[in-house]
Amino acid sequence: MPNKYVGQRVKRTEDPRLIKGLAHYVDDINLPGTLHVAFVRSMYAHAKITGIDTSVALSTPGVLAIYTGADVADKIGPVPCAGALPDLKVPDHRVLAKDKVYFMGHPIAAVVATDRYIARDACELVMVDYEELPVVTDVEEAAKGGPVIHDAWTDNIAYRLTSGEGDIDAAFSAADRVVKQRVLHQRLAPIAMEPRGVLGRYFPGEEELTLWSSTQIPHLMRTQVALMIGIPENKLRVITPEVGGGFGSKLNVYAEEALLGWISMQLAKPVKWIETRRENIQATIHGRGQIGEVEIAFKNDGTINGLRYSVFADLGAYHQLLTPAIPTLTGLMLSGAYKIPAIQMNITACFTNKMATDAYRGAGRPEATYIVERALDLVAQDLGVDPAEVRRKNFPAPSEFPFHTATGLDYDSGDYEGALDKAQQMAGYAKLREDQKRAREEGRLIGIGISTYVEICALGPSQAMPAGGWESATVRIEPTGKVTVLTGASPHGQGQETSFAQIAADELGVNINDVTVIHGDTGVVQYGIGTFGSRATAVGGTAVFVAIQKLKEKADKIAAHMLKADASRLSFEGGKYSLQQAAAAAAGTGVSEPVVPVAEAPAAALPEPQTEGRSSLTIQEIALAAHIAKDLPPDTEPGLSATYFFEPKNFTFPFGTHIAVVEVDRETGDIEFLRYVAVDDCGRVINPLLVDGQVHGGIVQSIGQALYEEVVYNEDGQLVTGTLMDYAIPRASHIPNFELDRTETPTPVNPLGVKGVGEAGTIGATPAIVGAVVDALAPFGVKHLDMPIKPENVWRIINGH
Amino acid sequence: MIPAQFDYQAPATLEEAVSLLAGDPDGARVLAGGHSLIPAMKLRLAQPQLLVDIARIKSLAYIREEGDQILIGATTTHYQLESSDLLKQICPLLPACAGNIGDVQVRNKGTIGGSLAHSDPAGDWPAAALALGAELALTGPNGERAVKADSFFIDLLTTDIQPGEILREIRFKKPSGRFGHAYQKVPHPASGYAVVGVAVHLGLNADGSCSSAGVGVTGVSTKAFRAQGVESALAGVTLDDQTIAAAAARVCDNINATTDLYASGDYRRHLAEVHTRRAIKSALANAK
Repeated sequence: MPNKYVGQRVKRTEDPRLIKGLAHYVDDINLPGTLHVAFVRSMYAHAKITGIDTSVALSTPGVLAIYTGADVADKIGPVPCAGALPDLKVPDHRVLAKDKVYFMGHPIAAVVATDRYIARDACELVMVDYEELPVVTDVEEAAKGGPVIHDAWTDNIAYRLTSGEGDIDAAFSAADRVVKQRVLHQRLAPIAMEPRGVLGRYFPGEEELTLWSSTQIPHLMRTQVALMIGIPENKLRVITPEVGGGFGSKLNVYAEEALLGWISMQLAKPVKWIETRRENIQATIHGRGQIGEVEIAFKNDGTINGLRYSVFADLGAYHQLLTPAIPTLTGLMLSGAYKIPAIQMNITACFTNKMATDAYRGAGRPEATYIVERALDLVAQDLGVDPAEVRRKNFPAPSEFPFHTATGLDYDSGDYEGALDKAQQMAGYAKLREDQKRAREEGRLIGIGISTYVEICALGPSQAMPAGGWESATVRIEPTGKVTVLTGASPHGQGQETSFAQIAADELGVNINDVTVIHGDTGVVQYGIGTFGSRATAVGGTAVFVAIQKLKEKADKIAAHMLKADASRLSFEGGKYSLQQAAAAAAGTGVSEPVVPVAEAPAAALPEPQTEGRSSLTIQEIALAAHIAKDLPPDTEPGLSATYFFEPKNFTFPFGTHIAVVEVDRETGDIEFLRYVAVDDCGRVINPLLVDGQVHGGIVQSIGQALYEEVVYNEDGQLVTGTLMDYAIPRASHIPNFELDRTETPTPVNPLGVKGVGEAGTIGATPAIVGAVVDALAPFGVKHLDMPIKPENVWRIINGH
Repeated sequence: MIPAQFDYQAPATLEEAVSLLAGDPDGARVLAGGHSLIPAMKLRLAQPQLLVDIARIKSLAYIREEGDQILIGATTTHYQLESSDLLKQICPLLPACAGNIGDVQVRNKGTIGGSLAHSDPAGDWPAAALALGAELALTGPNGERAVKADSFFIDLLTTDIQPGEILREIRFKKPSGRFGHAYQKVPHPASGYAVVGVAVHLGLNADGSCSSAGVGVTGVSTKAFRAQGVESALAGVTLDDQTIAAAAARVCDNINATTDLYASGDYRRHLAEVHTRRAIKSALANAK
């Protein structure tokens, strides 16, 4: 069937309301009588709480209640962790600290007041007595010993894990050469533009709790919060209104979400908490936080024999939802885009007196890609060959897919050389190298960095996931001919209200404006898993697609019945079922329109579709007939609706090539982009505009990590980069023009052929940027630089300081 | 990010503002554009009892040429200075400096007087005011007095403004003869404030030699300063790569450079020298 919408640059239907400021985020929802919550948070990284005096604060006019750890310890269950690993230490992390705080920003008390100003002022009046304890912030120190954070254990090691396949020792001993490099993956703060926020409303009569929360996982959150606060799951409704960015930081179940629900139940009033930016940097999960050593063994001809990565993972003080699992995702992707016969990863994951790390855009995979790509650059340097050629030498050929890696994965499909060729062509690679050579002779420092990444998306098969890896969709055609899509995914900026409507409009042959995509309300939408891990389109979009096929199977039968023909004699095109002899006439008539023009419908009785003498019927007429149900085939349920839960058989593995060209200012160490070229292959593309947007945003966050961003705690565990005056997220002036293109290698994993693209930019770009700066500084003998690469570091290298 | 409780008054005249301040000399603070004070209040680093908002006093926002002087009202916004055709013609350093401040939203609200009175060690305006030898008019309960920019900036967030006084006007001698200007800035990637900012006003003789130079530096130390070593090295000298480099090398004479998370004192000193050199060259290149 020719596509009218899929593959087109359809503008986001979400945008007008966002651009006009008409969208509703949690804080835009105002319920009468809402109370406001503010949190007293620890100013110390590690301390015993020896006393809390709330009396002065409680006597402040407007303050209605103050809850401390002691008040809720036996009322609200621990903050959940879904990471299941052998011998994993799981601290009993409660929603409010009781006897001890173990990171700066640890919530100690919740103050409830009639407005947010009183609540905030009253926080200052809650007197907390602390007895400071020794602090450990450095993960390697935490691994060695250092002050123990959790009294239940005698050390700070949360788990150790060795993974990988192949004979790693044999691979290293058979190699001609080995290079090693210590590599840092600094902590980052996800900084969604909208911080977290929760609004809770409890109706004591109905015993129903509704939580509006800025989350990526409304259904998973419903299940977990119900368990935490002991409300029946079907009495808890979670609604995610507009969500202003998540980047993984809202793929979580937070203490504040459970607390707000519980407080609302105690007071039988709506209660709201909107995270401040300070809280957001202190107490919303951080990302990355690995330091380790990579060793790569290879032959003189550039063939890779083996790779070993031994890493200390900085988990922070406790586990959030996926904290311990993130480093294991790094382990899965250590083969990169290459044939590496033996791979070993050794993880030592430790507690430190800092906020928990967890999933931040890429979630373990940027770390893997960075390690592998930096290692490939080191191989190229060691051999004195072009980094593109070392990569090319080790790619699996397209015919080798499904390709089994020594990390235990089966890559679905790929043409890595195709993407590299295209990117090199776009960049004019050979000429770039000549220009670079000439510039060096003139004393200019130009560097070219390449990353040929592969990532793992469409998370994922339920076998590999803690709580289901499928996604759900319901598609129905309403009596008026409007199409409703209910997706279990929870898009929050990705644009699936548009792309799912494109899929539905094409598959049903209706106008895209007749399709509405609904998500993010557990009271309306069937259970879903949510939006993360670049899964929404590949898994959730497929569920939509298959649900439509189910719906059409039913429509086929009704159409045959109404047209009094055998179903095999009908064709479906442009939204119309036609008898085959009439198909030619019906073809090319475009999309079908609703039978009931809404504005004109005068009466309560819906018109019955007229079938007399008709040789074709629109699917919307069939929907109406199915609804009126006066003349349906035998044993046919009324209505036209179908639900499907799609379980993928594998992950998908998008890939691509990013090329960054930078120039370094010899005098100041400033780094300037000259070019940025990216060829991404995310399988079949539903909407190129959305794909470009995802790639843009991802590259920008990569630029942030490569050059600017770094969460810094001092040795006392004080968060030094606690505001956006100190923590540098990239601005428009920091980013170059992106030259983007694609190759399209469909995945066999789902019928749409889509792979996912949400994280490609953050995974693929970082090594290209760092590689470019390292390459620019090659005349000074530089082989590696840790991120963020600040101008001062560059200046020191150039000037030998 | 909610400030502690405070009172707010928006007087219609300067006289009213002065008397409001006099009523609570310790607890009251003057609010203009609010782009330094409000963030500090939100972090509860500043907790004034009373804000006296002078941004609504219409007579305080102006850019005027009067005799050989340029007069600028304290609540003139960065954007008004950036976009002033008059200034682009007679004193282009000011629009050039203004264009480096924050972003468009900040420039639409923030004021030159607020920035100078706040004396942020990395603010942009102090550098320009020093380079141009500005004079600041302070109005208080006892009338008005004028202070040279040189002696106005005392230390970190500290100026010569006495309790009860309001910065009313900033005045410059209108540049005459042949002159060039430049503002070179290294913005902090997070805050946008100057890691180093160098403002240069260069007067030139008919033969191309330097008649006089004003060099203001911000970001480097706890307060903005005039680089007098550079100014005296330039005055009367024929400008070439050597003389410029030699002058720029003196930019941090007797200065303790700040070390922070982003840049060490050594690096700041180095950047100040490089950007002083670049600013002088740029001023020379655009001299008319």
